Amino acid sequence: MLSITNIHASIEGKQILNGINLSIQAGEIHAIMGPNGSGKSTLAAVLAGREQYEVTEGAVTFLQKDLLEMSPEDRAREGVFLAFQYPVEIPGVSTTNFIKAAVNEKRKYRGEEPLDAVSFMKLMKEKMAMLRIDQSLLSRSINEGFSGGEKKRNEIFQMAMLEPKLMILDEMDSGLDIDALRIVANGINKLRNENNAILIITHYQRLLDYLQPDFVHVLYNGRIVRSGTKELAMELEENGYDFIKEEANLITAE
Amino acid sequence: MKQELNTLEETVSGDYKYGFVTDIETDVIPRGLNEEVIRMLSEKKNEPSWMLDWRLKAYRHWLTMEEPKWPNVNYPEIDYQDISYYAAPKNKGKLKGLDEVDPELLRTFEKLGISLNEQKRLSGVAVDVVVDSISVATSFKKQLADIGIIFCSISEAIQKHPELVRKYMGSIVPATDNFFAALNSAVFTDGSFCYIPKGVRCPMELSTYFRINTGNSGQFERTLIIAEEGSYVSYLEGCTAPQRDENQLHAAVVELIAMRKAEIKYSTVQNWYPGDHNGKGGIYNFVTKRGLCLGDYSRISWTQVETGSAITWKYPSVILKGDHSVGEFYSVALTNHYQQADTGTKMIHLGKNTKSRIVAKGISAGYSQNSYRGLVRAGKNAAGARNYSQCDSLLLSDHCGAHTFPYIEVKNATSVVEHEATTSKIGEDQLFYCKQRGIDAETAVALIVNGFAKEVMNQLPMEFAIEAKKLLAVSLEGSVG
Repeated sequence: MLSITNIHASIEGKQILNGINLSIQAGEIHAIMGPNGSGKSTLAAVLAGREQYEVTEGAVTFLQKDLLEMSPEDRAREGVFLAFQYPVEIPGVSTTNFIKAAVNEKRKYRGEEPLDAVSFMKLMKEKMAMLRIDQSLLSRSINEGFSGGEKKRNEIFQMAMLEPKLMILDEMDSGLDIDALRIVANGINKLRNENNAILIITHYQRLLDYLQPDFVHVLYNGRIVRSGTKELAMELEENGYDFIKEEANLITAE
Repeated sequence: MKQELNTLEETVSGDYKYGFVTDIETDVIPRGLNEEVIRMLSEKKNEPSWMLDWRLKAYRHWLTMEEPKWPNVNYPEIDYQDISYYAAPKNKGKLKGLDEVDPELLRTFEKLGISLNEQKRLSGVAVDVVVDSISVATSFKKQLADIGIIFCSISEAIQKHPELVRKYMGSIVPATDNFFAALNSAVFTDGSFCYIPKGVRCPMELSTYFRINTGNSGQFERTLIIAEEGSYVSYLEGCTAPQRDENQLHAAVVELIAMRKAEIKYSTVQNWYPGDHNGKGGIYNFVTKRGLCLGDYSRISWTQVETGSAITWKYPSVILKGDHSVGEFYSVALTNHYQQADTGTKMIHLGKNTKSRIVAKGISAGYSQNSYRGLVRAGKNAAGARNYSQCDSLLLSDHCGAHTFPYIEVKNATSVVEHEATTSKIGEDQLFYCKQRGIDAETAVALIVNGFAKEVMNQLPMEFAIEAKKLLAVSLEGSVG
């Protein structure tokens, strides 16, 4: 589904990613872990097409298409969804209207008619029930005055409504207490199927207790320095990132 | 990031859709202004002598006045001798009905999305159409007359209802009120007149569509609405003009009077030609609008969506004379490119327990300047008067300006005046968030702007709210920086 080859990226002249290779198949869950400043969130931003980041080398193919050639909105319409670490507040725009615009833009891109009000409401109700989202959240301005947990649940709700192929979760667990984390993780699990894939970006292991990753990759200094299974995450939890750093520095020194 | 800004700037370039000129035979009097011109104009309209005298008096006063310099706008001096004060589509004889309207003119209005054909019209809206200096058609006249409502052009009212016109015209905006009001009083050519008798609730929206067609002419319309005791009317005006390189002057006067327990809702969707992307051309929109809540428990509500004109100078106001009367002002003023707007309201509380509410939303893009100027005054006798004002500005570029000039004067101890103001800017983060959901920059800006303006848009009659929403989007087309 997604194939990242030797990606180098920088922001304002500062090199952050130094050659990332990663391949994700439909139905898989991958977790990217790493210490602060290792380039985890940059990778998410580059995949989503954030303009401030410049890709200096490498290629990304998504469903047989050149992802880097596409505008951020076309990437979204093709099925790339980024659940933001810090979802943005947009005063005055109700969550319902926002999601409706997003759903219909995607339909337009595919050459489909916009959803009529009745079908849209039906879809909303269905997903609300599935994720146990409260109606009152949806009539409020998007993310405005939402608690940390509400913002994250709202991201998951949008994900449910847009049914993306690739779900990138950037630090989904930050700012969530254990109950909120469980609710959010359960929501994500409900959206999983054999046709989509999840890329989890996280600093801690705890989210991975709920979302069982097939592969865990450790990012350090803009490179994947280790890949493994769930056990690798456990190891990191136990020993911290230091041993990875030492290993990586050793390799670089050679 | 830089590149991003440029793309956004490019998408600003929404083009004015109404900039065409209709090729119809027009009766224009030569440019210039003097007593002779006013006499000629009055004669063309076959006016009674009291009307001519009133005009001349206004003209003589105007000569002693100076153009106001206090608004926060800049424009080259206007040569009042270089304007033609009367232009009218030519007609053979008097019109008996809509069938006799010049088909070219009917096509013009079809093009503007306004069908004058009553069968085809939106149900529930009666329209008066003013092209250049004269009213060309009024629909649903008969149906309205059956319940005692008079809805016609002001010229017709001068002929057929002189007692009402003489009594009320100039009673709220005196001919001497200000420079542009005096000019209008001297040379006004047409406009709408509405009279709602006691206890009648007008069953449809009344609306006037103003169109400037002829070059080098000014439009000076005058509207008068009288709502008798316990009556209700909702009135809407819309306006467009062809795209021209020179500036054209539009100086209107609108007067509203609400008797005891009467309610007038006046909505404007102003879309005069705003000038091109470099600020060339466009309409100077210098307008005096004022309503008088004369009776107790009366209510006047102004709603305006201002997207057009090179320069806007208008302050729809309410004088709250009757006890317990209510004045409201809801405004969205959008400026783009080099447009300038200095707009707001005056709420003059004279009666006891009077209430006013001001919600002004300014949206500035490009290199435009957008000012809110408002006065809330509570007089000595306005015990228990209350005002709530809210002024919000949204900036869409790094080159535009938003300004707020609130004036508050309270002369008694029991009045409560509240003022809130916010300024915000559409951020890169917000836009990226939208894009990541598949919503492109242009749609995202429209979504955010409409969200920002929602409180005001909700005040518009339904059919027009949809139009106004589209207009906001078209006027911006993605102007963010």
